[in-house]
Amino acid sequence: MAVVFDRPHALVDIPMHYCPGCTHGIAHRLVAEALDELGIEGKTVGISSVGCSYNNYFYFNCDMIQAPHGRAPAVATGVKRSLPENIVFTYQGDGDLAAIGTAEIVHAATRGEKITTVFINNAIYGMTSGQMAPTTLINQVTTTSPYGRKPELHGFPIKVCELLSTLEGAVYVERVSVHDIKNIMNAKKAIKKAFQVQMANKGFSIVEVLSTCPTNWGLSPVEALKWLQDNMVSFYPLGNFRGRDLEV
Amino acid sequence: MGERLLMKGNEVIAEAAIRAGCRHYFGYPITPQTEIAHYMAKKMPKVGGVFLQAESEVAAINMVYGAASAGKRVMTSSSSPGISLKQEGISYASGARLPAVVVNIMRGGPGLGGIQPSQSDYFQATKGGGHGDYHMIVLAPSSVQEMYELTIDAFNLADTYRMLTMILGDGILGQMMEVVNFRDEEPIVQADKSWATTGHGMKREHNIITSIHLDPAVLEQWNRELQEKYRLIAEKEQRYELYRCEDAEIIIVAYGSVARIAKNVIKVAEEEGIKVGLLRPITLWPFPTKAFEQVIDKPRAFLTVEMSSGQMLEDVMLAVNGRKPVYFTGRMGGMIPQVDDIMAKIREIKAN
Repeated sequence: MAVVFDRPHALVDIPMHYCPGCTHGIAHRLVAEALDELGIEGKTVGISSVGCSYNNYFYFNCDMIQAPHGRAPAVATGVKRSLPENIVFTYQGDGDLAAIGTAEIVHAATRGEKITTVFINNAIYGMTSGQMAPTTLINQVTTTSPYGRKPELHGFPIKVCELLSTLEGAVYVERVSVHDIKNIMNAKKAIKKAFQVQMANKGFSIVEVLSTCPTNWGLSPVEALKWLQDNMVSFYPLGNFRGRDLEV
Repeated sequence: MGERLLMKGNEVIAEAAIRAGCRHYFGYPITPQTEIAHYMAKKMPKVGGVFLQAESEVAAINMVYGAASAGKRVMTSSSSPGISLKQEGISYASGARLPAVVVNIMRGGPGLGGIQPSQSDYFQATKGGGHGDYHMIVLAPSSVQEMYELTIDAFNLADTYRMLTMILGDGILGQMMEVVNFRDEEPIVQADKSWATTGHGMKREHNIITSIHLDPAVLEQWNRELQEKYRLIAEKEQRYELYRCEDAEIIIVAYGSVARIAKNVIKVAEEEGIKVGLLRPITLWPFPTKAFEQVIDKPRAFLTVEMSSGQMLEDVMLAVNGRKPVYFTGRMGGMIPQVDDIMAKIREIKAN
């Protein structure tokens, strides 16, 4: 019988620790499919960050490094400058990338480091149990904004793709979502293209993946997907910000 | 016979790193060590190496973390406030067992402090400035020649023990020029780096570099292995110089540039008929307790001299362990102990 659907080779065959309905699993699979299809697992070094995905070095079959909070782009820079023929990616959440690691991501991007960043934006800190993130939406309730995020108290959410797309070194910048099949297919294309941009030595590439956190949002997995679609997509517009027509 | 050159201490560290096979340097400007970056920026492209000016000391140490994970000989350098910023990365690299060289050319603190020489980062360097039970090997050169030799050794020690090695100098050593005799060929240790994350080429299991172990039993075992390594290093790698200690009444304990001042003190004391010796730690961690065992019976007292409020003093007291009196004199904030100040203390001890 023909196999029509299987686990990507780049994904280790062990149970993941993520909560039911969490979209990390989807994003992991998309990254692994890209590594498989491009045949680059053997020369890829992945950098995991701090947050729920801190130990995805157990899940990705390529060589992996766990980085300090927010520093994954700096660690990736050190790896890529040492192994320019290899493929290097970081996998970071919104707290890691857009709060504590803002300097590292901006400077890796502006230097045009030939690395790829998969940026998971679920508008909340997951691992530490639901605190306000830099990407938390206005009026969104979290454990550290229990009365909702108020601009006068907490400021405004950061739009990472819009911010990074002002930098010359960031040659491929795209925001995708994983709330339905169509969007998952688009996300797959974007992630694959981001790796291809790196393989073609063009510069820094990033894909922001709008994701859910049912546990800390206090919603069922299905409600969480709906909440993402209704609330996040309108504030964080999907699409390409740089490098749509980049030849790879 | 190798080259003989007149060079600045900071530049010699950079040159020695390149001679040791370091091809990756990540740094951020700060006085009084920036000549290291200048030298690397000029030289690295000529030897096919990488010089990268990072956006911060935090980023620089994490670039070191990445390059070390990739199995490369890598270095970063800074001065006191910048080294404080690197402590996070130093702790992580220690936890992840990564070999690399970190240079601290100390200046006065705390805070932004000043830019004049100091030794007030001794605690930070030797006791673990970051979190967790870890150590770095800490080497303290006392001349420009030694900055060259110890930099070569630093890379070898880092690779041998798969850990960070720090070169702890001060603003005097960094800025002064002396003649250096270079070897034609350096003794390079070729360490096994099969643990490095270089891409597995579909030929082996994936390698993982990490410092996190959420199971406390696993983390304790990891720590036990680190401590066992530290014990071995403390046994095998203590280095020190004993200068005129044979019949000394008073033994000065000093490292780095202060040890050179101490040698002048010894001459002046001799003219006054006081026999003074010098015990100079070269490894600050591991602290050279064996040196004290060698000389402990001879002197009436030890005198620790530092450009700090008395940090190494605590290790000296632990090594002497009450067997002889231990005195201290020092200056802070970038002020340098003068021969006269130290002589006054010696006369006071002698009169006791």
